[in-house]
Amino acid sequence: MSDSKYFVTTKKGEVFELREELNSDKKEKKRDAVKKVIAAMTVGKDVSPLFPHVLNCMQTDNLELKKLVYLYLMNYAKTQPDMAIMAINTFVKDSEDLNPLIRALAIRTMGCIRVDKISEYLCEPLRKCLKDNDPYVKKTAAVCVAKLYDINPELVADQGFLDQLKDLLSDSNQMVVSNAVAALSEINESSPNGIPLVTMDATAINKLLIALNECVEWGQVFILDSLSNYNPQNELEAQSICERIIPRLAHANAAVKLSTVKVLMKYMEIITDQEFLSALTRKLTPPLVTLLSSEPELQYVALRNINLIVQKRPDILNNEIRAFFINYNDPIYIKLEKLEIMIRLASKANISQVLSELREYGREVDVDFVRKAVRAIGRCAIKVEESSDRCVTTLLDLIKTKVNYVVQEAVIVIKDIFRKYPNKYEAIISVLCDNLDTLDEPEARASMIWIIGEYADRIDNAGELLEEFLEGFADDNIQVQLQLLTAIVKLFLKRPIESHDLVQKVLSLATQTDNPDLRDRGFIYWRLLSADPVAAKEVVLGEKPLISGETDLLEPTLLDELICHISSLASVYHKPPRAFIEGASELRKPVATLIPRDVASLEDLEDDSSSDTSQENTGSVVGDLLGVDIDSSAAISPQLIPSSASIEVGIDLLCGGLEEFDVGDADASSSPPRTSYVAPKTLWLPAERSKGLEISGTFIRKDGQIFMEMTVTNCSSEPLSGFAIQFNKNSFGVIPAHPLQLPNVLTLNQSSDVSLLLSSEGPVQKMEPLNNLQVAIKNNIGIFYFACLIPIHVFFTEDGQMDRRLFLSTWKELPPQNEAQYSLENINYDSETIVHKLEQNNIFTISRQEVEGQTVFYQSIKLANKLWILTEVKVLPVERGDCTLSLKSVTVDVASCVYQAYKNILES
Amino acid sequence: MEKHWKSVISRSVCDYFFEEQKKITSPIDMPPVLATPHHYLITIFRCNMYFVAVCTTEVPPLFVIEFLHRVVDIFEDYFGECSETIIKEHYVIIFELLDEMLDNGFPLATESNILKELIKPPNILRTIANTVTGKSNVSCTLPSGQLSNIPWRRSGVKYANNEAYFDVIEEVDAIIDKSGSTVSAEIQGYVDCCIKLSGMPDLTMTFVNPRILDDVSFHPCVRFKRWESEKVLSFIPPDGNFRLISYHISSQSIVAIPIYLKHFISFREGRLDITVGPKQTMGRQVENVSVEVPMPKAVLNCTLVPSQGKYSYDPVSKVLQWDVGKIDPTKLPNIKGSISLQAGSAPIESNPAVNVNFTINQMAVSGLKVSRLDMYGEKYRPFKGVKYITKAGKFQIRL
Repeated sequence: MSDSKYFVTTKKGEVFELREELNSDKKEKKRDAVKKVIAAMTVGKDVSPLFPHVLNCMQTDNLELKKLVYLYLMNYAKTQPDMAIMAINTFVKDSEDLNPLIRALAIRTMGCIRVDKISEYLCEPLRKCLKDNDPYVKKTAAVCVAKLYDINPELVADQGFLDQLKDLLSDSNQMVVSNAVAALSEINESSPNGIPLVTMDATAINKLLIALNECVEWGQVFILDSLSNYNPQNELEAQSICERIIPRLAHANAAVKLSTVKVLMKYMEIITDQEFLSALTRKLTPPLVTLLSSEPELQYVALRNINLIVQKRPDILNNEIRAFFINYNDPIYIKLEKLEIMIRLASKANISQVLSELREYGREVDVDFVRKAVRAIGRCAIKVEESSDRCVTTLLDLIKTKVNYVVQEAVIVIKDIFRKYPNKYEAIISVLCDNLDTLDEPEARASMIWIIGEYADRIDNAGELLEEFLEGFADDNIQVQLQLLTAIVKLFLKRPIESHDLVQKVLSLATQTDNPDLRDRGFIYWRLLSADPVAAKEVVLGEKPLISGETDLLEPTLLDELICHISSLASVYHKPPRAFIEGASELRKPVATLIPRDVASLEDLEDDSSSDTSQENTGSVVGDLLGVDIDSSAAISPQLIPSSASIEVGIDLLCGGLEEFDVGDADASSSPPRTSYVAPKTLWLPAERSKGLEISGTFIRKDGQIFMEMTVTNCSSEPLSGFAIQFNKNSFGVIPAHPLQLPNVLTLNQSSDVSLLLSSEGPVQKMEPLNNLQVAIKNNIGIFYFACLIPIHVFFTEDGQMDRRLFLSTWKELPPQNEAQYSLENINYDSETIVHKLEQNNIFTISRQEVEGQTVFYQSIKLANKLWILTEVKVLPVERGDCTLSLKSVTVDVASCVYQAYKNILES
Repeated sequence: MEKHWKSVISRSVCDYFFEEQKKITSPIDMPPVLATPHHYLITIFRCNMYFVAVCTTEVPPLFVIEFLHRVVDIFEDYFGECSETIIKEHYVIIFELLDEMLDNGFPLATESNILKELIKPPNILRTIANTVTGKSNVSCTLPSGQLSNIPWRRSGVKYANNEAYFDVIEEVDAIIDKSGSTVSAEIQGYVDCCIKLSGMPDLTMTFVNPRILDDVSFHPCVRFKRWESEKVLSFIPPDGNFRLISYHISSQSIVAIPIYLKHFISFREGRLDITVGPKQTMGRQVENVSVEVPMPKAVLNCTLVPSQGKYSYDPVSKVLQWDVGKIDPTKLPNIKGSISLQAGSAPIESNPAVNVNFTINQMAVSGLKVSRLDMYGEKYRPFKGVKYITKAGKFQIRL
């Protein structure tokens, strides 16, 4: 039977016709009409006006018709809530039908109708169905609890559905168990305060492990995922769980495989038994390799995950590099990922294989890919020192092909090789110089110029070459211009006599341009050269920091976190889930800091050469000049700079800026002894909840260390002893640095103050709210749990003063979605006090500006986990006491905590 | 066509997808995971169509991709093929299927055996019968298999002729370099079954050399413990067609390469000469051989003479296709002739890679062999058969 006929009615009054048919007496006609309605719905036509008429068809014995009507209801109930109420009776009736299929269908559809009024009616039938005799109905009901939670969490909690759901975990039917697990983990994920509503204990885990062997593949994924959220109490438990899930590695479903890998990778952290570990490592290899022969989409996700795995445990795939060799008809996204992993796995043992592969790729058709391949050769040279000779030969071979983009790319990577192995390969410079004409891309030109500048004393005609480049100076890319300027200055310092004219020319060219960066660098060189040539030499020709082979590695803490998220989206994006929490609200392209950076791309080079000039201790004048480059004023008040800024204006601005910033500096240096804000102690654990143990406390930061200050009181009727404390994993990785030091015995009504030094090197897990800390305290009576909030300002480190340039560029780079704004009320201090108060809590003022009568502070904070937070505080003088706080950071999750900190500090 | 399982998401979310689609040159290059400001789009490309899942929360992407593939598998199973017209033609069934397969983001029934009990696949006879009797193709009873411990098999299966066929299929993925030596070679193997047995048969399959299989993925019906301890495949099969195991023999072991290419190609002289010959084939005939050469852009046309088979050159996609057919070891197939280049084009340095396809019947290149097939639990004597096929997977030769 062909359904396409339902699509063809496009005559006038279609809706009208359908209405007629829906009201027809003939069953056949009715069913066809509903089908037509659904057809219209699937292609996005609005058939909501037919709602009451479709609803009329609901009471029927025909299951197909019923299903179709239910489908319609799910789509349109939201827009017609009042009408939808009419359907409730039928639903309730259906949920008591004799046929389990109809019972389940009713409960399933009701859960999909996202109308509050309906949800209320859902409770009774749902409760019944959760206790239904038929497992099919039970498992449908379990899913329904999760749906209901999504619509109305309070209702679920009030009605006790969570406990009922938990009971289902021990059901005899595996389908019911796996659906209950799935529902529970979804509820836990969306719980508002981040504390899992239902936690798994060892017995529950055991039940899951039994269900794991019997349930369908999708259920296995859910169970494995909740296993990965469980922390085994000891190594033995971890080992036994590992052993029980290893068979899942041989499952045909890739999702099951990868989830198993996740659990194993996570538990491997706890296991210390080397033999067991190496056995596991061996077991992990084949499934990962097998994933590479699946469909391309699966391969892609697998490759992104393998990228993480090889960073964490390279030994798993060390011998499997061939599996990552590229087929020319792989989709481009797979080629790039495979290339990435090949470089990661490249080692002394396999480098010759890798290189011959890469050379092969260098001859492919796809330009982007060829470029990446050439770049990869350079990265291998830098990573595997023994292979650098061979890599350079390979690159030279490629240059000889004279294919334009290959040559350009080769020049760029050769520059990196020169940086890694200075003075080793000058012999090839002449070959490079032969290809000068082909270079038309800025990055390649800039790289070539850098090489010439660096080896100016060995290239006889360096001056001529650079002069040639200088001819098109005005039209060149800024990157090339900057590089050319620096290179010519280098040449001048090395061979002053012959290049005197050249340097004059480039300096005057540079200082006459509109680009502030270029102009400033020109001025600085000019002043340096005229004031103190020796200093200039030190600055320009200073030692450059060595580049290392694997600059693209993820930070270890991030890597550890991502390992826990293998198989999830986080692992595909290589950023922690908190960077895009709740998925729905905050999802964006990876932010700059997390993008794996190409080895010493020209950007690095730029940074280095500018830091060569700015940060060497050759004199504070230079530092200050750079600190207040015109760019900074431009960012704050762009209207100040006319488009054709003349040099005088520039200098004026410089001076103006200087004065302003001096004030801030003086202020900072003359600050009185630090007294940071300490929140008053709050009651954390009331006596009645813990059999007489009362704890109140707070957190402070002293001398760069964090302390947890507690007052422990014994309100019970017996002496307390044997105290110990433990923290749950938390957002900042806070753990006790020492054991808890309390008196051995706490007699009746005795209270004792204790100060516990904390370290922030523990395991990290995101909490909600972010600064939430769950604490377990043990004594001779039992173990008690409480949660407290750590005021975030104790994590503000003393080295939180950001370089001004860096501040400005970072501020500009962070996109608007990384900004959060708050208003602070009733701040009755003058700006000096504000700056002072904040400074004592490690909130550093970078610059200050008076704009249109209001004072604007730019401040930086560095958290103990190395996250930078940039803020802008606007103080309005008119209605004194009101400020606005806008803050930017790589993750805005911290925003509300930081706001709270500002508020507390300023109100103290 | 769209179907929502949670809150309704506007169609405009697809615009992100279409935008991305404009950027890519070939449809296979579509990135599988796309991030939009509020959703993730997870895509698969199959049967010349994109299947896009829109997710709002953190989910394992593999889970979604696997599921999408399973959906397409089911469509193919139901309708014989999967195409735009087929989907349009059967949209109601498809809608019903999707509704049975997923609830609130949790997969429900993905085994075609169970789905077929819930929703009957279309067939002409039943359509006529339904119109006459007014019945529908949706079953009113709960499928028996869904909740039992063997969810993949329905109960009450009956056949007049009880048959069980097994195909051992091996695909050779290889990259061969210019000089003919192997860069990488691996075997991707499957055992596909077509089982038409009544009742609840319990089968065991034993291999002569099970040790070859060290990296295996099993259908859920296979009892893993039995395999671990005895290296015997023991299972109650689903009814109909399914993949029992898939296995992988990695590049670590030596893989026999059944075919070789002698080639000469020079764009400067505009000449091409390719000969195909059998290598390690254990005396079996190599069939269905075809050679595919993607040419550089500058190649206008090829004028060639094949000693056997047919050739074609598509000047748009720049692909030279030579269908060779069988290889006669006494008279090796050859193709030679001239290539004409666009006038004034730059000299071509890069050499193409060649894709080769072939089939060898009655041979599993890894040497895997089934020794016994036994059935327990039922009394009748089934007809059993095992077939071996070796095929080219991604078999590439670099020129």
